[in-house]
Amino acid sequence: MLLRYFIRRLLWMIPFLFVVSIVVFALIQAPPGDFLTTYVAKMAESNEGIDQATLERMREQYGLDRSLPVQYWKWISGLAVGDFGQSFEWNQSAWSVIKSRLPLTLVLMLSTFIFAWGVALPIGIYSAVRKYTVGDYVVTFFGFLGLATPNFLLALVVLYLGVRFFGVHMGGLFSDEYEGEPWSLAKVIDLYKHLWIGILVLGTAILASLIRIMRANLLDELSKPYVTTARAKGMAEWKLILKYPVRIALNPFISIIGIYFPALISGAVVTAVVLGYPTLGPLMLQSLLAQDMHLAGGILMIMCSLTVVGMLISDILLALLDPRVRYD
Amino acid sequence: MLKTSVEDKVDARGDVILDIRDLATHFPMRNATVHAVDGVSLKLRRGKTTCVVGESGSGKSVTARSVLQIVDAPGRIVGGTIALRTGGGEVDIATLHPRSRAIRAIRGRDIAMIFQEPMSSLSPVHTIGNQIIESIRLHEKVTKAEARARAIELLAQVEIREPEKAIDQYTFEFSGGMRQRAMIAMALSCNPQVLIADEPTTALDVTTQAEILDLMRSLQEKHDMAIMFITHDMGVVAEIADDVVVMRHGKVVETGEVNEIFANPRHAYTRRLLESVVKLEQRAEIKRPEAEVLAEQTDPILSVKNVSVVFPLRGPKRKGPARGFRAVNDVSFDLRRGESLGIVGESGSGKTTLGRVLASVLSPSEGGIRFHENGGAGGDVGQLEGEALRNYRRQVRMVFQDPHGSLNPRMTVGQIVAEPLLNNGIARGDALRDRVYDLLEQVGLPAAVAERYPHAFSGGQRQRICIARAIALEPRVVICDEATSALDVSIRSQVLDLLIRLQERLDLSFVFIAHDIGVVRYFCDRVAVMRKGEIVEMGPASQVCDNPQHPYTKALISAVPHPDPTARSMHLRHRYEDAGVS
Amino acid sequence: MTEHLHDDTPADTDGDESMLADGPPLADGRNTAVASQWQLMWWKFRRHRLAMAGLTVVVILYLIAAFAEFLAPFDPNSYDRKGGFHPPQAVHLIDRTEEGGLTIRPWVWETELTRDPRTLVSTYQATGEKTYLRWFGEGDSYELWGLIPGNRHLLTPVDPDKRFYLLGADRLGRDMLSRTIHGARLSLLIGLIGVAFSLVLGITLGGLAGYLGGWVDTVISRSVELVLSLPTIPIWLALAAALPATWSTETRYFFITLIVSLVGWTELARVVRGRFMSLKNDDFVVAAVLDNAPQRRVIFRHMLPSLTSHIIASVTLAVPLMILAETSLSFLGLGLMPPAISWGVLLKEAQDVRSIVLGPWLFAPGVAVVITVLAFNFLGDGLRDAADPYN
Repeated sequence: MLLRYFIRRLLWMIPFLFVVSIVVFALIQAPPGDFLTTYVAKMAESNEGIDQATLERMREQYGLDRSLPVQYWKWISGLAVGDFGQSFEWNQSAWSVIKSRLPLTLVLMLSTFIFAWGVALPIGIYSAVRKYTVGDYVVTFFGFLGLATPNFLLALVVLYLGVRFFGVHMGGLFSDEYEGEPWSLAKVIDLYKHLWIGILVLGTAILASLIRIMRANLLDELSKPYVTTARAKGMAEWKLILKYPVRIALNPFISIIGIYFPALISGAVVTAVVLGYPTLGPLMLQSLLAQDMHLAGGILMIMCSLTVVGMLISDILLALLDPRVRYD
Repeated sequence: MLKTSVEDKVDARGDVILDIRDLATHFPMRNATVHAVDGVSLKLRRGKTTCVVGESGSGKSVTARSVLQIVDAPGRIVGGTIALRTGGGEVDIATLHPRSRAIRAIRGRDIAMIFQEPMSSLSPVHTIGNQIIESIRLHEKVTKAEARARAIELLAQVEIREPEKAIDQYTFEFSGGMRQRAMIAMALSCNPQVLIADEPTTALDVTTQAEILDLMRSLQEKHDMAIMFITHDMGVVAEIADDVVVMRHGKVVETGEVNEIFANPRHAYTRRLLESVVKLEQRAEIKRPEAEVLAEQTDPILSVKNVSVVFPLRGPKRKGPARGFRAVNDVSFDLRRGESLGIVGESGSGKTTLGRVLASVLSPSEGGIRFHENGGAGGDVGQLEGEALRNYRRQVRMVFQDPHGSLNPRMTVGQIVAEPLLNNGIARGDALRDRVYDLLEQVGLPAAVAERYPHAFSGGQRQRICIARAIALEPRVVICDEATSALDVSIRSQVLDLLIRLQERLDLSFVFIAHDIGVVRYFCDRVAVMRKGEIVEMGPASQVCDNPQHPYTKALISAVPHPDPTARSMHLRHRYEDAGVS
Repeated sequence: MTEHLHDDTPADTDGDESMLADGPPLADGRNTAVASQWQLMWWKFRRHRLAMAGLTVVVILYLIAAFAEFLAPFDPNSYDRKGGFHPPQAVHLIDRTEEGGLTIRPWVWETELTRDPRTLVSTYQATGEKTYLRWFGEGDSYELWGLIPGNRHLLTPVDPDKRFYLLGADRLGRDMLSRTIHGARLSLLIGLIGVAFSLVLGITLGGLAGYLGGWVDTVISRSVELVLSLPTIPIWLALAAALPATWSTETRYFFITLIVSLVGWTELARVVRGRFMSLKNDDFVVAAVLDNAPQRRVIFRHMLPSLTSHIIASVTLAVPLMILAETSLSFLGLGLMPPAISWGVLLKEAQDVRSIVLGPWLFAPGVAVVITVLAFNFLGDGLRDAADPYN
């Protein structure tokens, strides 16, 4: 039952990724001119002429003389084997540029994910069970504030406070002594000494809405008859709340992962730009500004695919949690 | 309050285990305090059933919850005592803190409770076994394995088939009756001395209700429990009660031994309550005798021929001919001019679907309905289009079950009643207004209500507005889909009487869909009994209700409780054994 | 009210009539029985204190945006070479007259850029002179909404060559207050226009999906799901990057609004679809069909009025999303570009740490964003709670 459910969910990813790839390809194609015109302009800028023959050869190599469907096919089949095309900005394959930045991106996102969901759960429960108490109002207030503050603004404020009150620049991911060093436990610890700011900044906005969702759902569940049943059995209040309504209120809390994972990816772009993290976000912005479309497209494709990871996580957790999903 | 004499008698008649005196439970709201329970006194006796009866809002349910201190916030016990007398001595539950260890030890162990909604009263994401085992282990130090064995035994006791399998199932795999059995098993897990049942059979069909009541009775005998049974159904009271407590507006208006209450009600409210119930036990007095009416009514106005409705099943499509759920299966009958035809059945019998087909909300998948307009032959309803369909909808109107959902809350009553007149170009301007006033008056509402919105009306009044809308176009036929089942008993007969008078005046034919045999007997000339999409029996109302032929009808009719405690008959009822009965 | 009730049913006096006398009377004597949906909503909304505060703030913000030219003391692009990173100044309202008495007129301390001889750090020091200000005085000339020429401002320096900085100045010595007020116009407008785009898309698609059902519903619902699962900012960035840099400010503004509105329509479509779906089977809608109401009337007279309040609430909650989107895009340099002034554009100047350490008041537009988003959220929450007054 469970297995069939997963297979069904996995199969649904295929058309999803297909449509996404078309969207991304369209975006790559959208700017006027193609990769080579930009390239030529770039070369001319740096006074390096390029002869017509080389240009023709490249045009053929990249299939730019073919029809769009053929170009799409070339691009997508390249992606499948890890060939993301050439980044002229970096003068190397786009994949190798992406590859160097991908792990830290994933670390940032997964850490934030765990932070946001892990913190939102107890606070949301507290806020719902202690409805209309001082604690609840405090949580609600900060929740709204977090919701209303754009990521980059919060990041800027943190940076400002760092410089103003501690005299340190809180951006970046590594202290100077670890920059470029091989990985070690000390370096990981150093990484998290910097990363927590990013996690905090990125997590706050999502945390705020997660708390609201958890609170609202739990409030709904707390008034359901099965809670009264459990109470009538003689269960202790906290125990019954955790076993029954919380368990059921977790459903929407989990299924929202699929929708908030993309928000996390979005937020990570802006936050990383402000905090100067060597992750994919700033790279993408840079490549878009430079019209390095193969690189930008590749990153965009990876980011969109990451949302699939979010959907999968939420589906798996949901199926484990709720028998009704499995039996559906 | 009726003190001493009655109470002394109760004490004398048996062993009082729960003694509630002057209980007051209030709900402080923003503007005022709601006195939901206001000085209630009652006693529960070992091995006996006390029925607490009252209409909606009488405070009976809050009383029950007060006993376990599980009143929903912001409700709070503000006065009185609840003395629980067990072997260990006496405890006043009213003084315990709702979260204290002491009250938790009483809940489930000494006093257990079952609720109305068997679907939502159990957790949907935990197995039945998990929830029962938890109950056992909350109050007794036993291993998981022992508790599991006990749980299986409990499930067997409540007559759930294959308890070893059922214990690992989820509630959504159970039918309503099965869920209520599981609920009872859970309540019994620690052999409580008091069982509080809050309308436990209200959401169930009559045959299932009869079985659950049977089960509770036999378990009561076995465990010598006191049962506090909350209900609004006087029939159920007559069937199971030893003592009766009648409540109204948070107060007890009368208590007494069951036969005494039914034979000799002292309070005016009890009398009225009983009268309105007894009234529905026979054909309406204002109707002409059945035989006379049946002899007159001969020519059909609607002919239903071999109608089936098939809903396509969801899920993976299978090859082969389109299959689906047959909600209505090959139904044929005639509705005669001027008659009231009742269609009775339990949930899932297809009666509502049939009603929707008759009202042209749904098209039949097979078969057809012929409307004999003014003696001439009309077309088949399923195929009607355009003006013909509009004409049919003018002639055949509908009154819905839910008086809240069927009136647009954003339109005034006047606009609602005017809607069919406007849409069909019958009247406009002053003529429209006068017609609306006239219609409202016909259903017993003053013209002044036209400018009000539906939310300002009670259920019975709303149903009157629905009726005004239905008769606005001077139709030939009105389909009533459970039109009175959302109303309190006392209102029910008033609305039915209104329909009867309108029928006389306007020469209407009714199709009256109901699950309540009493209502059908009161209102209808002929009755069709539906089961699983088919009509199993059809005939004059008196014959079907008093002398049913089909075994299912026999089972259905005999499962209906009657408001007469001296002639308890439910245990003698016919049982219709068939796969799929809970 | 003493009403004559149907005397042919005397039994009817029980319970059934208890509410007929009048609707439940409220404390202040309003009669809910004859109150329309909007009245009931307003009464319910008014009890929601935060929502009322939100409404007030939103109205004030839009008034500020509408009369930006008049309210801003200076032209937002005028600068004072000697005023770079000038800190905010406080307005004093009470002044001493030459005779030593007290009088009411606004003024600020005049300042001068001085360099500390030892640390070589430049700071603005009060010279001891006062810069006098004037209400409704003449200042930089403008054309209100591009139509009405004028030069009156709410508060101007008496001496037109003097300047004052209530919210400080930016790097080039431009008045942050004037710039933030002017920024409000584009930022707030983008919320409204973006929502209008989303509304058209969302209602059309959601309505179609909900009313028609079947494969139309499947296609639209799947599309909504797809859009919802795309990371918005990267997609916006890519879209914005595709806009030719040669376009005029207005064209760019229009397309950025379009891009931003791509986020809002999905939520609206979902709300509209869900409501349509459930409404379609509501008894009162079925009753309207059986009353022979034409389809148009069923939709517009019976279904839409139940929807509008929910749509208004959703729209209100979508506006802040649009504003945040514009701000983020412009901040990253791919949204609106100078010389257009929006809060996002202004915040771009606060992008590097050195600037904000020199002038923390560059955060002012950020504070404006937070206040706006909060106000809209409170307002939207209140509207959503009041959207169905019949529960």
